[in-house]
Amino acid sequence: MDSSKQQNILVELKNITKKFGALIANDKVNLSIEKGEIHALVGENGAGKTTLMNVFYGLYQPDFGKIYLNGTEIHMANPKTAISLGIGMVHQHFMLIPPLTVAENIVLGEEPGNFLTYNKSKAISEVQQISEKHGLNVDPAALVSTLSVGTEQRVEILKLLYRRASILIFDEPTAVLTPQETKDLFRIFNSLKKEGKTIVFISHKLKEVMEISDRITVMRQGKTVGVLVKEKTSEAEIARLMVGRDVLFIPDKEVFPKGDVVLEVQNLQAVNDRHLPALQGVSFTVKAGEILGVAGVAGNGQTELAEVLTGLRSVKNGKIFLKGQDVTQDSPGEKIKLGIAHILGIAHVPEDRHKRGLILDFPVAYNLILGSQNKLPFSKNLILDSQAIQNFAKEKIVEFDIRPGNENLPARYLSGGNQQKVVIAREFSRDPSFLVISQPTRGVDVGGIEFIHHQILSMKKKGKAILLISLELDEILNLSDRIAVLYNGKIMKILERAAATEEQLGLLMAGISEYSSTEKS
Amino acid sequence: MNTLSVVRDFTATTFRLSTPIIFAALGGVISERSGVVNIGLEGMMLIGAFGATVGSYYSHNPWIGLLVGAAAGGLAALIHAILSIHFKADQIVSGVAINMLALGSSNYLLLLLFKTAGNSPAVPTIHWKIFAIAAFILAFLIHYFLYHTPAGLRIRAVGEHPKAADTAGINVFFIRYCCVIASGILAGIGGTYLSISLLNRFTRDISAGTGFIALAAVIFGKWTPVGALGAGLFFGMAYALQFVLPGLLPHGVKIPPEFFNSLPYLLTMVVLVGVVGKAVPPASDGIPYDPKESR
Repeated sequence: MDSSKQQNILVELKNITKKFGALIANDKVNLSIEKGEIHALVGENGAGKTTLMNVFYGLYQPDFGKIYLNGTEIHMANPKTAISLGIGMVHQHFMLIPPLTVAENIVLGEEPGNFLTYNKSKAISEVQQISEKHGLNVDPAALVSTLSVGTEQRVEILKLLYRRASILIFDEPTAVLTPQETKDLFRIFNSLKKEGKTIVFISHKLKEVMEISDRITVMRQGKTVGVLVKEKTSEAEIARLMVGRDVLFIPDKEVFPKGDVVLEVQNLQAVNDRHLPALQGVSFTVKAGEILGVAGVAGNGQTELAEVLTGLRSVKNGKIFLKGQDVTQDSPGEKIKLGIAHILGIAHVPEDRHKRGLILDFPVAYNLILGSQNKLPFSKNLILDSQAIQNFAKEKIVEFDIRPGNENLPARYLSGGNQQKVVIAREFSRDPSFLVISQPTRGVDVGGIEFIHHQILSMKKKGKAILLISLELDEILNLSDRIAVLYNGKIMKILERAAATEEQLGLLMAGISEYSSTEKS
Repeated sequence: MNTLSVVRDFTATTFRLSTPIIFAALGGVISERSGVVNIGLEGMMLIGAFGATVGSYYSHNPWIGLLVGAAAGGLAALIHAILSIHFKADQIVSGVAINMLALGSSNYLLLLLFKTAGNSPAVPTIHWKIFAIAAFILAFLIHYFLYHTPAGLRIRAVGEHPKAADTAGINVFFIRYCCVIASGILAGIGGTYLSISLLNRFTRDISAGTGFIALAAVIFGKWTPVGALGAGLFFGMAYALQFVLPGLLPHGVKIPPEFFNSLPYLLTMVVLVGVVGKAVPPASDGIPYDPKESR
């Protein structure tokens, strides 16, 4: 390494090791970041990227290893130390407090005013000033609970800028954004870079990594496996390093003759938990052997749609037909009773596997039979047959490649991807005629995504009707035969996959339709 | 009977009986705003009441009694803080433990120091109006503190989303410790009022559920200081009714006194059922903070 380059190195993490019990999250990891660069940290889920950044930010103490800033060793005792050294981090789950205002969230910990009074108007004017300077366009007096996800992220960025951070860390910043919002974010990245700030961003979306970063560090299973310069690498090379083998990116898309309509939904209306309209007249059909993808930004009615179709939320208005049979109860407010969804042949992969998909403290084997526990062969005469349950579990563990292959391990100790495989194994084994699959690969690593996608496609091959709800546009594009874009509780448009472009979908997801002007009148 | 004197009696009784509830409820608000449920208010009041009696008895100065009572409440709260913040124990279990510890130890010490299982000797007292006025002023001071000072902002942030506060460089543990101890001090003052102002001695289980009513006042007051003040007055009024109502009954009508005695508790239930749907506690109330857990 020549000396000029050495001088340019701003941050060095050396031999960072961090264990959580038996799990080694970081195993002698090295990372060096140059001043003024955009550095991508990529790797599968569980590769240790977030842990590494949490160590750098002082949230975790490493078991050993050293942190150097400008060549001097630093003891990062807590986030306060990091902040004082000009390091800021935007976490994957935003660290915002919904009932407080934007300004309060931003100044929290470094409030203007004195000990006895917190100067509200000064907080607002200072935030306004920084917001305008960087073109972030955020209202400082608004309550955070009223903001969109994209705006929340800008509030997070403002938090860092308010603290005069010069090194900005972003953990999976684009996971929740529309393509347009992502473009906006990258515009902000570039302007921050121009100001001389250094950006580290964690991602597993290789397309974005190739678009925005200068250098790329790849992690796998807690270790650094490569440092790449963008100009001299490719998506395929990064993916190979991440997974440790070649990855087949786009599953083979065979076209099958579609069958009869399995599910038909007419003018479906429902309210959300706050009794506000969440679905405002949704109509579509799903045919046998077809995947209908539902694209959209989070919070536009996806959750409620899945819940209504699986009997978890009552229908306010509209009809649901399954194989021509009306499965909505006649009087409004009634619902497909929970459990009856299964009898009707509807399977559900819920968006939040911890909340709805699994009982985390139950062993894998029991999680695999949830909902069928009162049926043969799992129970006879009101008594569970543990032998039959174990045998079934062993079979599914092999079939769905669930690791570690121990049916007695509580689901809590599985990685996100393997937990998801448990849910999918259970739901797909019910022999349903219609499947609602929500966010099937959220928090799942690249290898797991590939496996789950193939499983979904094989269900399609078997002639199942599938509704795929996902925030990941790539997933929708890769798997769907048709794509419905959900915005504000309405379907903006249903497109044939072949006719859909990312740009068009992005606009529809933002509520912009080419017909919008005539529709409004 | 003179209506005016009934009203005046009723008002005075309301204020007299509201004061301890208000003090303890203000303590509850501070603690729960920082994210620690303090079901031990009852025990902290009891310990405060005992401490105040001992202080006043040995120093012959009720103000020393007040200091000792407040400190005793704070000390009991420190145990709750260590258990529930440092060791991440279940806050309900820890609070219940404080209540049982308070009852047992005050009875034991009563026997040890004053050789009695019932009432301590009489001790010098403080006029009740001083406490009543202080409770009012304190409610508004705490309101200002929570909503207009940096420390108040931090407390609310910690109670809503401790990890967000932590990443903003705020010491979550320190804030929670301070708030729980402050809540114990306030509950201790509430207890002090019971023993050396409302009465002039400590009696066995003198708090008799006041701390639990205060807990209800925290919820009824929607976790705000001024709300707790209002709720405290409401419950004080319910207590006062049991003294005033029997005198207002027409001749010949007999209602058992037990009915009037249970009035505050019945009203508590009615009120909580009526408002519980609308009251939103701080989002992280009752959840121990573990920096390693992702949220």
